[in-house]
Amino acid sequence: MISGLLPASLLKMLQRVDLVMLAALSLLMFMGLVTLYSASDAEMTMVYRQGIHFALGLVLILLFSQVEGKTLRQFAIWLYGIGVVLLILVLMVGVIKKGAQRWLYVGIDIQPAEMMKLAVPMMVAYYFSEKPLPPRFLDIIIALILVAVPMVLIMKQPDLGTALLIALSGLFVIYLAGMSWWLIGGSLAAIAIAAPLMFNYGMHEYQRQRILTLFDPETDLLGTGYHIYQSKIAIGSGGVYGKGWLHGDQSHLDFLPERHTDFIFAVFGEEFGFLGNLLLIGLYVFIIWRGLYIASKGADTFSRLLAGSLSLTFFIYLVVNTGMVSGVLPVVGIPLPLVSYGGTSVVTLMSAFGIIMGMKKRKRNYQTDE
Amino acid sequence: MGERLSIKTERDEQQLFNSRAIVAGLIVLIALCGIGTRLYFLQVKEHDTYTELSKQNYQKHIPRPPTRGQIYDRNGVKLADNHAQYILEVVWDSVPDQNDDGRKRWDDMQMMLERLNKIVPLSEKDLRIFGQQVNRHSRYQPTPLKENLTEQEMAMFAVNKSRFPGVNLERRMQRFYPLGTVASHVIGYVGRIDDRDLERLDKNNYAGTSHIGKVGVEAAHEDRLHGQAGYDLDEVDAHGRGQDMIERKEAVGGQDLILGLDINLQLKAEALLKGERGAVVAIDPRNGEVLAMASVPTFDPNLFVDGISSKIYTELRDDPDRPLYNRALQGAYPPGSTVKPMNTMAGLYEKVIWPGKTVYDPGFFQIPGHKHRYRCWKKSGHGGVSMDYAIAQSCDTFFYDMAYRMGVDKFSGYMSLFGFGKKTGVDLTSESDGLMPTPEWKQRRYKQVWYPGDTVNIGIGQGYWLATPIQLAHATASVAMRGKRIRPHVLRAFRTAKDRPEQILEPEVIAQIPARDKRHWEMVVQGMVHVVHASYGTAKRVGIGAPYTIAGKTGTAQVFGIAQNARYDASRLAKRLHDHALFVGFAPADNPQIAVSVIVENGGGGSSTAAPIARKVMDAYLLKKYDDETPVEETGEVEPADIVPRVEGADE
Repeated sequence: MISGLLPASLLKMLQRVDLVMLAALSLLMFMGLVTLYSASDAEMTMVYRQGIHFALGLVLILLFSQVEGKTLRQFAIWLYGIGVVLLILVLMVGVIKKGAQRWLYVGIDIQPAEMMKLAVPMMVAYYFSEKPLPPRFLDIIIALILVAVPMVLIMKQPDLGTALLIALSGLFVIYLAGMSWWLIGGSLAAIAIAAPLMFNYGMHEYQRQRILTLFDPETDLLGTGYHIYQSKIAIGSGGVYGKGWLHGDQSHLDFLPERHTDFIFAVFGEEFGFLGNLLLIGLYVFIIWRGLYIASKGADTFSRLLAGSLSLTFFIYLVVNTGMVSGVLPVVGIPLPLVSYGGTSVVTLMSAFGIIMGMKKRKRNYQTDE
Repeated sequence: MGERLSIKTERDEQQLFNSRAIVAGLIVLIALCGIGTRLYFLQVKEHDTYTELSKQNYQKHIPRPPTRGQIYDRNGVKLADNHAQYILEVVWDSVPDQNDDGRKRWDDMQMMLERLNKIVPLSEKDLRIFGQQVNRHSRYQPTPLKENLTEQEMAMFAVNKSRFPGVNLERRMQRFYPLGTVASHVIGYVGRIDDRDLERLDKNNYAGTSHIGKVGVEAAHEDRLHGQAGYDLDEVDAHGRGQDMIERKEAVGGQDLILGLDINLQLKAEALLKGERGAVVAIDPRNGEVLAMASVPTFDPNLFVDGISSKIYTELRDDPDRPLYNRALQGAYPPGSTVKPMNTMAGLYEKVIWPGKTVYDPGFFQIPGHKHRYRCWKKSGHGGVSMDYAIAQSCDTFFYDMAYRMGVDKFSGYMSLFGFGKKTGVDLTSESDGLMPTPEWKQRRYKQVWYPGDTVNIGIGQGYWLATPIQLAHATASVAMRGKRIRPHVLRAFRTAKDRPEQILEPEVIAQIPARDKRHWEMVVQGMVHVVHASYGTAKRVGIGAPYTIAGKTGTAQVFGIAQNARYDASRLAKRLHDHALFVGFAPADNPQIAVSVIVENGGGGSSTAAPIARKVMDAYLLKKYDDETPVEETGEVEPADIVPRVEGADE
């Protein structure tokens, strides 16, 4: 019935979309809009705009899901190369907002780091797809350099959250490619040793402060600690069942900072409680697993590595954001994916899901090839 | 690469990926279980803590201070009232941007204040206090700017109000004492709550109240007068802006107090002491109600309500006549001969004297084996003296002898039964203990042994013995009641609201003073009647023409050598060395209705100075004879027509 109403070409395109994941994402987006409506005191303005972001995101899913791994990998070097150049330009002539130099002005302000969230895993996946797996030590070193260059450039902006996400997206590819457990263990040990040094010499004062505040937020209730303190109160006072939609005092009376964006999880937790949180996290787990499942059905090594890495990066968003809002991880600017307000992250995330879907092996093509 | 190898590699790589993906999926699960645990901790285990913190965040108590109770005399004359006063308050957030720089800051506030200053003059003190307070308050809460606006200032502001958004004219209540200096020591006054008050008071009940009773009834009955504070529980946002009212608890106004004081009697007593330094205490012996408590000179309590200026305060404090000092309660004087009736009761009780016993007075007393002569006031001596004659003539020798033979322990012990050396417990602040000396006390105080001569001296109310006028009035009332001690009290009755009935306080019987024979009381009273009415009485002149019988006792206390009130003024030195004049008495002798003690500092003889004052006080009370003093006519039962408004600051 419905298929009769749609043009045949669109129908064909839709077949490439993973409907299970799309359903889960749609439910997540719906929950996001509901929470955003409450966070903006029952004002529709932001909800409409976020809706437009989502619509754009759905179009991106439709488009990217059409692209096969073997097509996409041809763009990997170009995307990565252009991205690195843009990042260098950002540091030279970028626009400064709120003490950070993250944007390039090209008619509008663009944020090249956002593109690198896709380009870096693509590049590393591309590199490994050319090599026999599990990777040799030298290949791992080269892959690490590919990850390190954009990461360092982004940290210079400074944008710790994005640098972390990009670094991890690259590392996930290396992990999925089969880096030996011994090496992984050794590297983790090395990080454990290097971390304190990094803390003392490699960080900005405000980043250091955020981490210090995390361990004892009450010491700085007027500064960084206030965010964590208030979001803990919001979540904690939500209890098992929550205060009910539109009834979160913490958010509606302005006690919760950044409640539309990075701290929206606290709004959700206050109004929908522990049970709501379990449901939300469960939904995320489902999406991540579905992503990994699609990845395992990937057409080739590049497809598997890329889809797997993007799925795991999505997980990092979730853990870092919820960990931050509930007061167990430092405050780094990472949104709650598809719930936090913001067009840029929606565009990036939906593109990523489109790419993940596109990586799935095409049965029909496979058959005709053979 | 061969096809077989390729397929094998492909399959291996697929398997490798799958195993890695499964491990990753498990790690995801574990990590999110960690987050879940954290949320469980916050939302389930610690839920109550965070709920409380959340409430503290958004719930704010706005205090609703109670209306302070009013104070009346026994006939309903208003002694303490609440008057409306007008103040200017500023809500900073509502003060608009003055210099159009798009931001509202301190310079905008200053520009506004400068403009306002041309309409309503603001003193430097106003501005300084405002500057301090405004930073402590939320920008959305009012901060007082100027208090006590005159009618003209109010009118000027009202006309220009639209030019000053954020500035509001508010009505507050301020304590007012309509009779000014009259009975100021009894009524006391309220003043701003200071750090010492804050330590002891219930902060919840005083939230929003700025004043508290400092002395007198205002302080002693603070709990009754203050009432119970209410509150508005408001929901506020993170900026302190009120959103909704969650709950309101109305304040319960303080109790109205009706004192036992008869303000016309009080006026009379103060008038009689005018120009002197002294005190008059009048008690109804039947129930202990204080009918008058005059301490002269006096002061205007209204000066203290709004924060007394340091200049006026220094003047009052350093005035050699000490107007702030309540002589009736705090003044400890040697009681002199006024205590001889009580001494007589002690002698009778301890059986060192008995009715019919006479003592020979050669004009002095000598301790056996000692040469020192303790002189009677009558140098020629009284000859053979009976108990009755000893009281009426105030024969010192009789009482020297009696005290000596009784010994200090028995003497002081029995006198303590009258309440000497202890606070009477009258419901007022800063009462003095007086002093009923004992050998132990002397050892403690002076590291000296008690000499027999010390006993001889206290036998006539001299030596170390000190008594307050309220103690003397109380002891006299106890004699009038034939040994029944009733605690003196200022508060006669109270009512919880204007339309509620008055509840009269039950008199508190402290003790019954023991006597060997009940008839001893009558004998002692008879002696006191003879003081006033017998031809040989020391105060026979004041009894002339009295239509009722007075029982009294004169007293003259030597000031010389007693270092108290040591603030001497050279020009007044001579006067300050005069004896204190005292008189105690009650009337009618057979049906006592009023007991009085009078002391006039450096007034000379008790019979010439103090006794006539006591007589006039008794006349005023018993015969309603106020002479030229205009009685105050007002009944408290009929309230003034103006409606008492909702009180903002209890008594500001």
